[in-house]
Amino acid sequence: MEKFHSCEGLVAPLDRANVDTDAIIPKQFLKSIKRSGFGQNLFDEWRYLDHGEPGMDAARRKLNPDFILNLPRYHGAQILLARANFGCGSSREHAPWALQDYGFRVIVAPSFADIFFNNCFKIGLLPIVLEAGNVDQLFREVHATDGYRLVVDLGDQSVTAPAGESFLFDIDPFRKNSLLNGLDEIGLTLQHSERIKAFEEKHRAVQPWLFA
Amino acid sequence: MQTLYDKLWQGHLVHEESDKPDGMALLYIDRHLVHEVTSPQAFEGLKLAGRKPWRLDSILAVADHNVPTTGRSHGISDPTSRLQVDTLDQNCEELGITEFRMNDLRQGIVHVIGPEQGATLPGMTVVCGDSHTSTHGAFACLAFGIGTSEVEHVLATQCLLLKKAKAMQILVEGELGHGITAKDIALAIIGKIGTAGGTGYAIEFAGSAIRALSMEGRMTLCNMAIEAGARAGMIAVDDTTIEYIKGRPFAPRGALWDQAVTYWRKLKSDPGAAFDQILRLDAAQVKPQVTWGTSPEMVTTIDGRVPDPSQITDAVKRHDMEHALKYMGLAPNTPISEIHPDKIFIGSCTNSRIEDLRAAADVVKGKHIASTIKLAMVVPGSGLVKHQAELEGLDKIFLAAGFEWREPGCSMCLAMNDDRLASGERCASTSNRNFEGRQGPGGRTHLVSPAMAAAAAVAGHFVDVREIY
Repeated sequence: MEKFHSCEGLVAPLDRANVDTDAIIPKQFLKSIKRSGFGQNLFDEWRYLDHGEPGMDAARRKLNPDFILNLPRYHGAQILLARANFGCGSSREHAPWALQDYGFRVIVAPSFADIFFNNCFKIGLLPIVLEAGNVDQLFREVHATDGYRLVVDLGDQSVTAPAGESFLFDIDPFRKNSLLNGLDEIGLTLQHSERIKAFEEKHRAVQPWLFA
Repeated sequence: MQTLYDKLWQGHLVHEESDKPDGMALLYIDRHLVHEVTSPQAFEGLKLAGRKPWRLDSILAVADHNVPTTGRSHGISDPTSRLQVDTLDQNCEELGITEFRMNDLRQGIVHVIGPEQGATLPGMTVVCGDSHTSTHGAFACLAFGIGTSEVEHVLATQCLLLKKAKAMQILVEGELGHGITAKDIALAIIGKIGTAGGTGYAIEFAGSAIRALSMEGRMTLCNMAIEAGARAGMIAVDDTTIEYIKGRPFAPRGALWDQAVTYWRKLKSDPGAAFDQILRLDAAQVKPQVTWGTSPEMVTTIDGRVPDPSQITDAVKRHDMEHALKYMGLAPNTPISEIHPDKIFIGSCTNSRIEDLRAAADVVKGKHIASTIKLAMVVPGSGLVKHQAELEGLDKIFLAAGFEWREPGCSMCLAMNDDRLASGERCASTSNRNFEGRQGPGGRTHLVSPAMAAAAAVAGHFVDVREIY
């Protein structure tokens, strides 16, 4: 997993609640057996005017000029500002893969769907929950200011706006440590191998049919 | 005093990473279900790291998302779909994982075949790289969907790093009216609490109306827990649970069976156990539900109307509603009964089990689909469901009524195979998600119960199934 310390980046606002994983990466792109290359199909149905299929050359497709990420002022955005329940729907990790591959490193929203939220941490994409009122304020500021940037510091658990105002966010200490150090969680868990085996023995004694 | 969720959590706790109650913990996983879409990158990661699956006998694999529902003898024509299914076959063969291949009678939707085989047993932790894994909670399991990194994690370690959720109890008391199903309960709950209402919670469904449901109905309800935002839904063990499991291929037998049943009987919340939130629903008040928008929470009753965004004061909500109505091609205040579907889809991990097919067949028996319906299809949840339905003659009822009778798979629930809506087409669907483009780009989905989908097929528009059947 990639390490994450801080991010100072351009912000793109996606002003819709309940953005689902089918919208983030439509199902036809889930047929890939690779982990990379999903960025060009992020928000495919909103981003392009034609219908996208795997293998199409994105450079030759017609962009939807009205979609927020296609506006020149948001090119190169690394922070996505979103609304409530972002990432609802399926468990597809292709959704965070697509956001990360596109260039996003942070997503700020008043709430996230559980599976999506969890998946982000596994790949070093940082989902940040801020209070709805603060998110509203950020939306107003982004809309009003060209080149609006935020500074996200994981160590301090803070998001700082250009005027200097800071918002603190919560994060589980285990997840924070994993992100800061880019830890391999499977490797960490395997350090508990003996514990897992001991548990398994106890479990087998109580519910032998699970191992029959 | 513990909730069912507390018992399942405690019973699988290997290690706590923090001394705080809300810290990350390592939980043991009993059953790992695998399908072709979310597993290839996990198997690749495992291989690259030089790791092996921790416990092969915990894994059951099946291809369901990409498989065609017609002409299987010719294989899969789409090369990208074929590669994904072939990749699963190869990975399972190399590692020695039990897999039901496409032409195996036992093949089907992963959430249908797990319980059908008895591979889902009470008290288990069940995971799958698929959000509808919540389905298995119907068996008093802690069952939830995971991402591909976690699929790899479970393969390698038999464990997952998790944070304990809060506990919610949804009490549904009373008797459901004639023609009202678990699907209507699920949609009514989502309409009430919203698609984020269960976020951060594990939901236990309880009450007399839940106890009266068959296992099929309980699976439908737990399946939709994720549409309410809850990663897991669950229901306590009772006689219905145990009767369902008895004799299934993966279920214990003989003395082990008796021992298991004694253990399983304890899988319920203790009287007086504390929930973080309790919600009540009067079963007698539940009417047939129909979604009108692009989120399962955008739902009303068959006697209702499409809402009017101009009546909504919250700006974000109003904007979303306007957007949804535009996508759905619906005018505010249109009666639901005046909406005309073009296609009918009976299937998906929500509603493709034998009871669902029986309910739909009861409605269409001796009738024919309306002339305006371009396609009506039934996609059984598994080869064994299909076989059972054929033994009962349900296939003949559907075919005589003008339905197509297909091979099992996820099909037009998410349209990864060739079954999909064309842009602008409207579908009465027994699936679980009405998101934009879910059933095909530009497709318009209305979620309903199997009986309501069948009734719409016959009438050519949504109609109260209680009036015609």
